[in-house]
Formats: sequence, C-alpha cells, structure tokens
Amino acid sequence: MKISEYQAKTILSKYGIPVPEGDIACSQDEAVKVFHQIGRKPCVVKAQILTGGRGKSGGIKFAGNEQEVQDVSGQLLGSTIATSQSGRAGMEVRKLLVEEAINIAREIYLAIILDRRSESPMLIISTEGGMEIEEISAKHPEKILKERIEPLFGIHKFQTRRIAQALNIDSAMLSPFSTLLSGLFNAFSENDCLLLEINPLIITENREFCAIDAKINIDDNSLYRHEEIAKWREFEKHEELEAKASEYGFSYISLDGNIGCMVNGAGLAMATMDIIKLYGMTPANFLDVGGNATVEKVKHAFNLILSDPKVKGVLVNIFGGIMKCDIIATGITEAVSNMRIDIPLVVRLEGTNKDLAKKILDDSGLEIISADGMQDAAEKIVMEVRKQ
Amino acid sequence: MLQKKLLWKLENNNVGILIDKSSRVVCQGITGSAGSFHTKLMIEYGTNIVAGVTPGKKCDTHQKIPLFTSVSEAERNTGANVSIIFVPAVSAKDAVFEAAEAGIELIVCITEGMPVSDLVKIKKYFALLSAETGKITKLIGPNCPGIITPEESKVGIMPGYIHKKGNIGIVSRSGTLTYEAVHQLTNNNLGQSTCIGIGGDQIIGTSFTDVLKLFEEDNDTDLVVLIGEIGGSAEEEAAEFIKDRMAKPVVGFIAGRTAPKEKRMGHAGAIISDNKGTAKDKIDALKDAGVIMVENPANIGKTVLKIV
Repeated sequence: MKISEYQAKTILSKYGIPVPEGDIACSQDEAVKVFHQIGRKPCVVKAQILTGGRGKSGGIKFAGNEQEVQDVSGQLLGSTIATSQSGRAGMEVRKLLVEEAINIAREIYLAIILDRRSESPMLIISTEGGMEIEEISAKHPEKILKERIEPLFGIHKFQTRRIAQALNIDSAMLSPFSTLLSGLFNAFSENDCLLLEINPLIITENREFCAIDAKINIDDNSLYRHEEIAKWREFEKHEELEAKASEYGFSYISLDGNIGCMVNGAGLAMATMDIIKLYGMTPANFLDVGGNATVEKVKHAFNLILSDPKVKGVLVNIFGGIMKCDIIATGITEAVSNMRIDIPLVVRLEGTNKDLAKKILDDSGLEIISADGMQDAAEKIVMEVRKQ
Repeated sequence: MLQKKLLWKLENNNVGILIDKSSRVVCQGITGSAGSFHTKLMIEYGTNIVAGVTPGKKCDTHQKIPLFTSVSEAERNTGANVSIIFVPAVSAKDAVFEAAEAGIELIVCITEGMPVSDLVKIKKYFALLSAETGKITKLIGPNCPGIITPEESKVGIMPGYIHKKGNIGIVSRSGTLTYEAVHQLTNNNLGQSTCIGIGGDQIIGTSFTDVLKLFEEDNDTDLVVLIGEIGGSAEEEAAEFIKDRMAKPVVGFIAGRTAPKEKRMGHAGAIISDNKGTAKDKIDALKDAGVIMVENPANIGKTVLKIV
C-alpha cells in the first residue's frame, strides 16, 4: 500500500528524522491557516497524490506570501494531475501539504528497499539527490551505492562510515547522520515497509539534515498489525470497484475490455486474462476470489463484475483446491437468482466438490453455459459475446 | 533424520522428490476448518499423517489422528519429519519457527497473507539453525498449494484425483494454475513424478532453482514443466540455472502477459514495477535458456506430449 507524503513524514518524524515544518490542508482556508502556523514563512504547496513525478507535472508550487498560498492552493485543489507514473487518467488532488521552504545546500538520495534477491533490506544511496532513481541509474549508475542491511543487527557503524565517506559527509556531521540512518532503518522495519525513500534528503546551509520528500510503501499483508496505517488507505474515484473488492476481501483490478472474469488463484486469473486475449477479446477485470471464499464473498464478487457497465459476458473459471466448487456454484446461483442477467455466462468448474457444484448449477434452472476445460471456456465466452 | 531419509531413497529407488510413502506428516492447525478438511483429504489420498498439533487441545485425537500441544512433542512421539501448516497468517511465523526448532526436515506452509518481513526472519533463522545443527530445514511456501508425489504422498491442498504417477516434474508459483497444468498432463496420459507449488509471495522458502536442481538429479523425472508469472526475477534466475546446469528438457509458461503495470495481480509477488518483471523479459530469458515456451495456457499438456 502506498501512503501519501504527509503520512510518510508523520512516520519519519516519529523516528526522529527531521522534516520541514508544515501541515495538511484540504481547503484554501486551511492552507492559509497552515501558512500562519509556520510563521508566515515562504512555503511550498504540494499536491498529495499517490504517484511520483509530481514536481514536473505542476503538482508542487512555491508561495511567498498569503495571497500566493491562497492562489496556488486554489489552483491545485480539485485539479487532476497526470504524471509520467500516474497513468493517463491522472489523479485528483484532494489534499495539500503546506510546508516551509528550505534553503538547500546539498541534495542526497537515500532509500531502503526490501531486496528480493538478497532477501534482506537494502540501503540505496546516491549523491545525485532530487533526480528519480531510475534516472540516476540510467545516467550515473556509478553514483549509486548499495549496502545490504543485516535484518538482525540493523545498519552497522562501519557501514554508516562507509556511506558517509561515499557521500562526502564531513566527520562533524557523522553523529547526526548515524542517528538518521538508524531512525530510518527502525522506521522501515517496525512499519513493515517494502520501500522507504527520502529524495531528496538535504543538508541545509546550517549543516542540518532534512527530509524534503518521502515515499513509503507498506506491505499489504502486514496491515493487520498496523491498524493506524491501514486506516490511511485511499482509493481514486475511478478505483471505486477496487475499493469495494478490498472491503469484501478479494483481489480485483479493473481493465479495459468487456469480458468479466471470476477466477480463483492469481496465476489462473492471469492465465484466463491471457487466453481471452489470445482469442481476440479483452478482459474487463482481474478477479481472484481467493482460496477461502464464502458464498457471501462469491455473491459480492459476482455482483461487482455485473456492476461494471462495460461487461458484455462473464467467464467463471474455477479450479478448486482449498476452494470448494460447490461454494462458487451456490454463490453464483444466489447472486443470479435475484436478478435477470441478459448477458452470457460461461462457467468452468474443476477440482474439489465439482460434481456437487455441477448439480447445484443444473438444479438452479439458470441459463448457464458450462464449459469443459480452459480452452472450451474461452472459445465459448468469446463466441457468445460476439453473437450479441 | 535427513541423511537417513536420503540413504533410504537411494536404496529404494523411489519415485519423486522431497516426499514419498515414507514421509511422516504432522499437521499444524489440524482442528481449524481448512486444516481439518484437508487432513481428511490427505488421509484419503494415502498420506501418512501421524500427528496433529493444536495449542489448546481439548481431546486426544482428531479424525483418529493423535493430537499434541507442540510440534516437538509430536515429533518425539511419532517421528514426524514433514509438517503442513494451516494456521492463520498472524501465527504462521511462529508455527514455522516451531516446526524448524523441533527438527522437522520439510515444512509446507499453506497459509496466505504472511508479511514479507516474517519471511526475512524465517530464512535468517533457518540459516542460523543449519549452521548450528548441520541439518538443513526446507520450507515450501508460504501461500502455496503444497507438494504431491502422485500415488505416494500428498502434503497440500491440491485435488488428488487430477494427478497420475509418472515422470514429469512440475514447479510453479501459482496454485490453481498448477492444477490446470497437471490436469492437462493427466488428460494426455502424462504422469507426474512430483508437483510443487512454491508460492506467490515476494520471499519464499524454496525457489524455482532449488526445485530444478532436485528434478535434474532425480532419476524418475524426465522432463520439467515450469510455471511462472509476472513480478520479481525468480524466472530469470531459473533461466540462468537451466542454461548452465540442466540437461533435462523444460517446458515453460508465464502468466500475466496482458497484466497492466504497477498493479498487484493478487499475489504479493505478481507486480510489474519500474518495468521490471514483465512477462516478456521472463519469456525471453527462458527461451534463451532453451526452454520450450507455451503461449496458450490451454496447450501445456499438448506441448509436453509432443516432446516426450
């Protein structure tokens, strides 16, 4: 789960990492209020959207006085910003972070990621702060330094010295730098981060560190033990269906096509999308009902697919293991019996309790086209949708 | 225990890898609904389930299987050497630690939704434990369907009836897509030596490469089917291994060719981010390593049939 910059900074300050003075604002009045709170100093007004590349797309603006704060916050709030990373639809600005502008002497790139290959946290550092890491690695790969962090011990002192040397941080600043790095690692590990990026970390003219921008991704699987963070989850307007799915506890991603899919298991769900494409049509969604679906959950999933107006046909592809086919069948019949569906429904059921499931579907008297195998299912749904 | 088992395997020229009829299985979380249901199915399949563990046990047996309050107690009393874990994500890390500490050689963790930092700790602990005891503990999963050596032993949640004894090894990051592949093989009269779902999370106990190594050495495996998906670099690492160290033919399929970027496709590990982990990268790497790639997921069985 991605969290906003101001939320990331809330976490960082808890771990003693200096961030600029500022606060969140949802209206022009609130923005002005924050401007007064921070002592009427020149400030930056930053759109809080969950994507990178804001600065280049006009999502960060400077304001020198009250009028300017009023103006730029008016421009930003309610606008939609599309960045190089956000996708074409862009993201609506609903919140702003208003914070003091800081004089920058030096910019540094600093991040901790969970590295799959070494199966441990990895510190990534570069002198080229302010640039995106992809850009640094393309232009100056030699300027990226990596330090594997031993999860049981954290960042060793000698690693701190090695990094400080590479970054040309003078020895007088070694002690605050060391505190900063250990705070960073604690923030990373105690909050189950997959990514914690400070870019740039700056050194001010007064030779102090300050985290100017921060990005954090939290491991979704860990949210049960971070209740406060879990409450921060926000969905974009066009992610309404994703939000509903998340509430019901299954995995759903909206796509461009018109064949609705309900599948169990992420791999099979992706393969189902792929085969629909091979037969010349496009899936309307990715939907993995998961291994422990109940009849209720299946009903919700089915209703969710049908609530998407793009959907011209539904393909159910279930291979029961931990999931029992009869639960899927009952869910489908209960969902469908409450409404008349006038689009084709192709169902392929295999695995645990498949015979019981077939009986449930047969007895329901519903117009269901049953398929034998994945190929048959894909061919049938594509043919039926084309017929319409 | 492990050494003894390896010797036993050498002497008996058994089918498959990691598990067989001799595997003595303890089920952690046997009284929960999934644990209970799948224990029944495993017993029906012929798996030698020797013990169940449930911390606050109220009776001595469950489905006629003796119950214990801890894995070490179960191991002492029954000689269990394989464990299958059904406990919820919140306590799964502890369950894995407990099994490893009790000296279980192979731990199969079905549980889905474990935080990745738990896996970092588990793998660290395994390394320390093996340095200390000289024994190697293997973890399959988490978030996986488990492992089956057809007609020998099933330690997992896969539907047993789709499998058939034979000489094709299967290794996959997916659960249900593995069943799909197995089903196609069996329908084409192609049996399997062992089928392993390694799980869809970012950090897992046993990698593609670990399993490929075992299949390459296994006398009863003639061909391997590898099923990958978008995200991470496990398939690329497997390709490296296949290119340099494997003589047996490999048939591959990668799910998610049509998946959008920056969206997590169900599995924690299945996400294309920063243009890394795309299906194309993986397909190219595997093709380059000599793997016969299948484009249509419905053609996995047919493709293997053409080769053998």
